[in-house]
Amino acid sequence: MSFKAILAFEDGSVFYGKGFGKEKYDVGELVFNTSMTGYQEIVTDPSYKKQIITFTHPHIGNTGVNNEDNESKTIHASGMVVKNFCDKPSNWRSKATLGEFLKKNEVIGIADVDTREITTILREKGAMNCCIASLSVISDKEAVAKAKAFEGLKGMDLAQVVSTDKEYKWNEGVWPENGKFNDEYPVIAYDYGIKENILRLLSEHVGSVKVVNAKTPFEEIIKYNPKGIFLSNGPGDPEPCDYAIQNIKKFLENKIPIFGICLGHQLLALAGGANTYKMKFGHHGANHPVQDMASKDVFITSQNHGFAVDENTLPNNIKVTHVSLFDKSLQGIEFIDRPAFSFQGHPEASPGPQEIKILFEKFSSMVKEYAKT
Amino acid sequence: MPKRKDISSILIIGAGPIIIGQACEFDYSGAQACKALKEEGFRVILVNSNPATIMTDPLLADATYIEPIHWESVEKIIEKEKPDAILPTMGGQTALNTALTLDKKGVLKKHNVVLIGANRTAIDKAEDRQLFDETMQSINLETPVSGIAHSMSDALEVQEKIGFPCIIRPSFTMGGTGGGIAYNISEFKSICEKGLELSPTNELLIDESLIGWKEYEMEVVRDCEDNCIIVCSIENLDPMGIHTGDSTTIAPAQTLTDKEYQIMRNASFKILREIGVDTGGSNVQFAINPDNGKMVVIEMNPRVSRSSALASKATGFPIAKVAALLSVGYTLDELKNDITGGLTPASFEPSIDYIVTKIPKFAFEKFPQASPKLTTQMKSVGEVMSIGSNFQESFQKALCSMEEGLNGLNSLQNNGSFPSDDEIKSELTIPGPKRIFYVADAMRKGWDLNKIYSLTKIDYWFLDQIKELIDIEDELKETNISNLSKEYLQNIKEKGFSDNRIAELLNTNESKIRQIRKKNNVMPIFRRVDTCAAEFATSTCYMYSSYGGSCESNPTKNKKILVLGSGPNRIGQGIEFDYCCVHASMAMQEEGYESIMVNCNPETVSTDYDVSNRLYFEPITAEKILDIIDIEKPEGVVIQFGGQTPLKLADILSENGVNILGTNVDAIDRSEDRERFQELVNKLNLKQPSNATAKNVEEALAKADEIGFPIVVRPSYVLGGRAMQLVNNLKELNQYLNEAVEVSNSKPILLDSYLTDAIEVDVDVVSDGKNIEIGGILQHIEQAGIHSGDSACSLPPYSLSSKVQDIMKEQAIDIAKELKVIGLMNIQYAVKDENVFIIEVNPRASRTVPFISKAIGQSLAKVASKAMIGKSLIQQKFSSKLPKDLSFVKEAVMPFDKFPLVDPILGPEMKSTGEVMGIGPNFGEAYAKAQKGANKILRRSGVVFISVKASDKKYLDKFVPEIINAGFEIVATSGTSKYIQKLGFNVKTINKVTEGRPHIVDSLLNNDIDLVINTTEGSQSIEDSASIRQSALRNKIFCTTTMFGAFAIIDAFKSKEENWTYSTLQEINN
Repeated sequence: MSFKAILAFEDGSVFYGKGFGKEKYDVGELVFNTSMTGYQEIVTDPSYKKQIITFTHPHIGNTGVNNEDNESKTIHASGMVVKNFCDKPSNWRSKATLGEFLKKNEVIGIADVDTREITTILREKGAMNCCIASLSVISDKEAVAKAKAFEGLKGMDLAQVVSTDKEYKWNEGVWPENGKFNDEYPVIAYDYGIKENILRLLSEHVGSVKVVNAKTPFEEIIKYNPKGIFLSNGPGDPEPCDYAIQNIKKFLENKIPIFGICLGHQLLALAGGANTYKMKFGHHGANHPVQDMASKDVFITSQNHGFAVDENTLPNNIKVTHVSLFDKSLQGIEFIDRPAFSFQGHPEASPGPQEIKILFEKFSSMVKEYAKT
Repeated sequence: MPKRKDISSILIIGAGPIIIGQACEFDYSGAQACKALKEEGFRVILVNSNPATIMTDPLLADATYIEPIHWESVEKIIEKEKPDAILPTMGGQTALNTALTLDKKGVLKKHNVVLIGANRTAIDKAEDRQLFDETMQSINLETPVSGIAHSMSDALEVQEKIGFPCIIRPSFTMGGTGGGIAYNISEFKSICEKGLELSPTNELLIDESLIGWKEYEMEVVRDCEDNCIIVCSIENLDPMGIHTGDSTTIAPAQTLTDKEYQIMRNASFKILREIGVDTGGSNVQFAINPDNGKMVVIEMNPRVSRSSALASKATGFPIAKVAALLSVGYTLDELKNDITGGLTPASFEPSIDYIVTKIPKFAFEKFPQASPKLTTQMKSVGEVMSIGSNFQESFQKALCSMEEGLNGLNSLQNNGSFPSDDEIKSELTIPGPKRIFYVADAMRKGWDLNKIYSLTKIDYWFLDQIKELIDIEDELKETNISNLSKEYLQNIKEKGFSDNRIAELLNTNESKIRQIRKKNNVMPIFRRVDTCAAEFATSTCYMYSSYGGSCESNPTKNKKILVLGSGPNRIGQGIEFDYCCVHASMAMQEEGYESIMVNCNPETVSTDYDVSNRLYFEPITAEKILDIIDIEKPEGVVIQFGGQTPLKLADILSENGVNILGTNVDAIDRSEDRERFQELVNKLNLKQPSNATAKNVEEALAKADEIGFPIVVRPSYVLGGRAMQLVNNLKELNQYLNEAVEVSNSKPILLDSYLTDAIEVDVDVVSDGKNIEIGGILQHIEQAGIHSGDSACSLPPYSLSSKVQDIMKEQAIDIAKELKVIGLMNIQYAVKDENVFIIEVNPRASRTVPFISKAIGQSLAKVASKAMIGKSLIQQKFSSKLPKDLSFVKEAVMPFDKFPLVDPILGPEMKSTGEVMGIGPNFGEAYAKAQKGANKILRRSGVVFISVKASDKKYLDKFVPEIINAGFEIVATSGTSKYIQKLGFNVKTINKVTEGRPHIVDSLLNNDIDLVINTTEGSQSIEDSASIRQSALRNKIFCTTTMFGAFAIIDAFKSKEENWTYSTLQEINN
């Protein structure tokens, strides 16, 4: 059953709609995502911690929720904002409705609001703090107050919040084969909020990987004699993640191959001496063209980031490998004196185009090369 | 990589006449290609036989040839123009096939011309079914279990492997012509037999039936650096089994997860790479098993297509333009996305935040003998597209755009009773054009969705959406109009219920609902199609209406003019009207107005957002037009260029105080209302064939007796001669009145005396209210009684005396003065024994406007538009002059090959879908070229079969010696044979079909006949001789059904193809 719901902005504006999922309230930074597919992957992506996601695609929920498409064990986003919510999914893999999935994971969604108008507001004013709520739980005034009270993502270290408590091994490949892979090389994946499709692709390229907590110190990792370090995506501001930056510096010194994605990319840049900044409304979608500066090839990529590396602060030993053709923003870097590189977008896709997954091949050859020495 | 430097001139091959499966989407793509390449500085040479296109406007290319798209003609053009390259991907299957032939014949090599945008290997791999299957296997993609057959015995062997049902498709035919689904061996044999004949390579592909599988299309673009993008995904509401051109389709795809979508996306790129489409747009079709997701590749088109036009309109990404630029060496990242004002590059994938619905339009009512069932062979003649914030709104808007009297998802109920359960079950199982309405009625009758699904395999997602509309309908019916709350009204408007539909369900009228809506401030908003889901601020002026949320219309303060388009293509109203609307829009811009186009046809040039200052992609209905006028407040509205579509709105627009530009609305009524028209004729002392209006059967019979037979009968207010028939006696009239039409006070029928053997003439006039100019006088080749849209015609007249022409001119001017025409007017005359009769007057743009405009080198539509905003003909320095010593012939192109059960005979009801133009130094050459352009192959010697009606026998005195002289032997049926013998000529007598075997049809099927002259009258004789015409059509034997046509052939024989001349429009009109 649907309920009356509200989306309250920190500037006091409110949108009224129909709620789905859990009757509750939650706060977060409101962003928009322009991907036309993959809402299940998006809401289970840990990078969306403390964010409320506006979906620009007009119908959400059509394919329900299945057992294969989660990117983590739970929903991380604080809420979903959609135009038309579909509670009668139709797809051969569907196991539950999106509404049921949200309810089970205690997340709230709002429908029947003008997502295009919200997108326009965010585009013009930048990402905003919001409260998404059932009106049976709090009033609209309270919701605005909650939105105002939310401290925002700037300076917020969320990587450690979503990171795994225990380390674990991952050896499964991508859907639909879901193959099993052996231990080939000791490769460590730092979980700052890692998406499972990254693990699946890593397994397919370098064999099974060991996933560790974000704060696991260099000294503990080096015991495994790692042949590669993977720095995952994740939510929040990279700047306060001191523990990670310090660790990465040490891996860099030891010239161990490093591959970073999204937050991992920002952390690698910070470790290399560059700065990061908060973007106006970030990149969240599945249609962003990114150009490889060397080959001039253009890749359509999946993107999800609200912070970015400041290109002007890159030290001399880091070169730009990829640039966004939408806004010329920095998309990829590589150390010229270390086997380390990173990518701002999401080569693991899920959702989104998969052509730039060749970066996993690059990492794999680095690992193999390093393992020979 | 920047543009190629080794090419400086490019020949673009157009698609030729509008036919089923190949419509004005290729005018849209071709026009874009011409513009884009010309802007890049290339010398653009164009060949297209279709004069009604925008692409053949002389400004779009450097050298425009309106010539047959046949390799022989194209070779002559290549010899003359020496292009460096040919771009064959903009003109559909016609252009691709022509390019292939040019290559096979060695023409390309001989003249050192390269193909760009596609290469022969790629075309072969994509088009040859066996090669395609092998190619797919090589990249691990599945295709349906299938086999190739080159003979009936092959076919039977393949069938055994596949089982029933199976799908049969002939290779290299357009729109799947000749294909079909066979459920049993006898169906199988009959489809195969026909398919083997139709395929130019005598090849059939026989597929496992995937009926009921989900069907998807991906529109892909690739550049020479191997950058690939998907512009749009399209999901068919109608699953596999119905040709995608005949299916209702939705963009973007709605029932796939990202994982499944990406598999399809990756496969699409793999396919383009493996097929070898180096640059340009392609369309890839997939089928997915709804139970387990198994995916198979159905086909791919290595060129822009109907779907790519749809995808361009659906997303705002101009595929044809981009493909043209990629073909000359650019890469996607070097091209800008125009719609974001160049803010972003073309190397991205559009994200859309609305739903697009396309619904095809059919013309089965024109072909009563054809089976109105949808199969894998395309039969629709046009389509509409609409944009909405959700599927329901988009779908209902599309239904309103159809111009079939729908105001939404109407019920098929007749006098309150639903179709029977049996009928519904049958229509759901074996779909016809109205299936979705049967689905809705099944829901109204309370059928379980599972049952509907099991019969139709329409995805539950769509069924649920439709069910909700039916539920709202039920609620509405129970609602009292005074209880209609603002919230409820807002809610149902957001779901796309039109005011008219709401009014119908509430038992009130549309204006009442509009009034309530306005009072409650339930108003539409307008959104912009921006390719990026609002991620970037854009300057796009491409709009659609919706409800709920904020309005982005942001109208300017400029003075502006609204041009109403012609809606979906149909027989009787096609591309000619789009041509006129586009010219109206250009004229308004040239005169300093902001031009605003409204139309709902995705195939057209008018719905290219580049053409007008603003484009509203909306149904041409009173509600939507008034909404747009409310917000834009234009100075005036142009309604006389879009055919009947906008004219129908004349009254309601006037009532709402809208300034209709040009000829007064009353003049339209004076020309269409029988009695008022008669007053006009009498007032001006003109002659009209005797005629009458009848409001019931008795009256009709009585008045017919007064007028005298033969008589042409038709319902009032029709376009394209819908249900028009020639009747020779009371018995036939009775039959017509009982079977073909309904006669009543509100639906009177019209009776006109038929002028036997009269010459019909079209005259187009342009007037500024003071000065009146004759645009052109077109003499029809087929006699009066054949619908003007179906008859060939010649400009200038080829056998009319100057005296008669002068009379017609004078009369035209008198009529224009009397009706105070401002803009265009078309008059149809019949000339008999030097007497001039008025058949009809249309104070609006006619079908012949583009044809005349191409001949005289000036756009009548543009001149008329400017006249409508006060620029006199004198100020425009307009006078109509035909180039000296040239003849222009228009020939109609018929869709009979798509409807094999239909008698291919010409009559008063229009059946043609398109037209071609032939240009030559004399009538004969122009006529012969027009025939070749229409793909009607004239064999120049051999055996002619003659069978003519009694009243035509007299013409044989002249015709027989001439045809013998041309090199023909004659066979004839007994009556005709006796007549010819009496004349003293050799003739062989042959049996009629009713006279025992061997008979004429045997000879036709044995290919013993090269030319058929077959005129007939009376419904019985017509029925008896239908198999002659059908067999001729089947064996591609030239067949004429009129004596005037027969004489034109004699003229055509006098022009030898090797002496044909090829001149550009630019040369002949300079």
